[in-house]
Amino acid sequence: MIQYWQENSGQMINLMIQHAQMVLGSLLIAIVIAFILIVVFLRRENWLNGLMYFFSLLYSVPSYAFFALLIPITGLGQISAIIVLAFYSEYVLLRSFITGIREVDPSYLEVAAGLGMTTKQIFVKVQLALALPTIFSGIQVALASTMAIATIASTISAGGLGDLLFEGLQTGRVVPILWGTILTVLLTLICIVILKLIENIFVVDVPKQ
Amino acid sequence: MIAQIINYFQTSSNEYLVAVGQHLYISFLALFSALIIAFPLGYVGSKSKIFSGFCQTFAQVLRIIPSLALLFILIPYIGTGIFPALIALVVLALPPLVVNIILGFNEVPKVYTEVGIALGMNSFQLLRQVSLPLALPHILNGIKLALVEVIASASLAAYIGAGGLGNLIMLGLGLYKMQYVVIGGVSVALLSLISMLTFDWIIKRVKNSDQRNY
Amino acid sequence: MIKEIIKFNHVNKKFGKNEVIKDLSFSINEGEFITVLGSSGSGKTTTLKMINGLEKPTSGQIIVNDCDLKEANLVTLRRHIGYVVQSIGLFPHMTISQNIGVTPKLLGWDQGKIDLKVKDLLELVGLDSKEYASRYPTQLSGGQQQRIGVARALATNPPLMLFDEPFSALDAITRQNLQREVKELHHKLSKKTFFFVTHDINEALYLGDRVMVMNHGQIEQFDTPNKVANQPATNYVKRLIGTVRENQALWEDIK
Repeated sequence: MIQYWQENSGQMINLMIQHAQMVLGSLLIAIVIAFILIVVFLRRENWLNGLMYFFSLLYSVPSYAFFALLIPITGLGQISAIIVLAFYSEYVLLRSFITGIREVDPSYLEVAAGLGMTTKQIFVKVQLALALPTIFSGIQVALASTMAIATIASTISAGGLGDLLFEGLQTGRVVPILWGTILTVLLTLICIVILKLIENIFVVDVPKQ
Repeated sequence: MIAQIINYFQTSSNEYLVAVGQHLYISFLALFSALIIAFPLGYVGSKSKIFSGFCQTFAQVLRIIPSLALLFILIPYIGTGIFPALIALVVLALPPLVVNIILGFNEVPKVYTEVGIALGMNSFQLLRQVSLPLALPHILNGIKLALVEVIASASLAAYIGAGGLGNLIMLGLGLYKMQYVVIGGVSVALLSLISMLTFDWIIKRVKNSDQRNY
Repeated sequence: MIKEIIKFNHVNKKFGKNEVIKDLSFSINEGEFITVLGSSGSGKTTTLKMINGLEKPTSGQIIVNDCDLKEANLVTLRRHIGYVVQSIGLFPHMTISQNIGVTPKLLGWDQGKIDLKVKDLLELVGLDSKEYASRYPTQLSGGQQQRIGVARALATNPPLMLFDEPFSALDAITRQNLQREVKELHHKLSKKTFFFVTHDINEALYLGDRVMVMNHGQIEQFDTPNKVANQPATNYVKRLIGTVRENQALWEDIK
């Protein structure tokens, strides 16, 4: 194991960076899109439900198939991968954004209106703020699952840590497979920690009595 | 592209059906085996907090580990082919099954199990007449999630020699015959969608026939 | 010959470190309507649950219908004890008819006999069997559901019926109607023993042949309603009766 690292560390780090690029890139795109969709369709329940169902159908499409289907359209490589990963994350993100916002106690909204806030202010200062914990938890789930799915992007030559897994498969050695797994999990955990730090900046920690 | 697709179906429809058959066979076999293991695990898990906590953690861990890694990791030890693939698929199917079976049984309001016992049911009668019917929606949901997961992973299992539609995609990628890729991809996607929609429908029927307020 | 149907001998019940029932001893005769009065935490529900073995005593002896519960087959025992609860507990996935027929089916009755019994019981609790037998519980009102709950408890004609605050969740008018009906039921069905737990003084004094007042897991007084109301044995009972007198004064003032 250690020997493998010593021989290939440069390449492994490269793959990690590729992997991170794919995942974080697609995640960011998905978050932005989710945000836009929510703002536009906040009042239109039916549209939101329709969008949710659409993305849930996409989510159930097996990743290998989805990656493959994009090739005729956007070719091999990272771009196809990022598009597919963004679609997958979209389902998880939309669901947690919507749940988070819907679960805000309506009495808070009433109070805010009673205090004289505009609709926009209520959305930003009350709904969004109170929904943040759920939203961040959704981002975490999307992050973890996208990290795992991104390994499959290796099948369409997008690079990433999946390459290590396939190398292990093709040479019949366990070591690259183990390294691929460990590094993926490690990368996931590092990103989750960073996410938690970001969350701490935005979410107020209420001291326990 | 369309011409190539039509050509494929005209010339190789047999192989296509074989691939679909293989894919379905291995998926359902894995699902069924996983269910046999998961059901007692889930039932016991709903009774013991420690055990259920263990199962939940295990499920979370499995979610972070790429399914691809799980598929490949056993190869150096038990080789390639349908059987190793089956093992990997069963392992992948277990978390959604166990978690949802535990959830299903835990969601049965305590009053119903208490009344059942007070009416003189023994454990088996309680399970069959009360707990199981009331836990069914969650259990069916778990089966749905597991099935979708298995169909998806079965397509990757082509890489470890399990056949199925993944083979078609893999072939297409290797030979750069995009029509194979598209046919394989769309077929798997359709299988997954049909399973999901079928189970959604079954779950809806079960809920309605129970006249329960959910 | 008066037969003892329930006997508690120095029963104790602990939940963890919490001693809920302390040295409880009493006996109940066949055919009595016993009401158990107490606030939450008094141990009244725990006592009831120990009669059909849903809870087991930490120490002490419980004899039900000449069976010592330690040696009895609880499953068989429960098939011959009626059980009615506050949350009613009708299985939502079974029809009214199926709900009532649960225990008879466990005893292996044939379907014809069960159907006949369901019809009789629905009539007994004042519901038209043609209309209600194939409906589902969620389609009925709270009062109707609880009537079915009582019918279900009577399905195997058990000698003993346990009621755990059965009417507390219902509105005042329905509650009063059901109280009258359950009292009549006890008269009609001779020799059945009713063990009825409640926190409502009026209900306890109205229904019971004898009233068991419980507090902190012990019996404060176990006597006829008359004696409990007019000769309260302990301070606790005095205070309880006091609350009723105060309410009476309030009603007088409002007039």
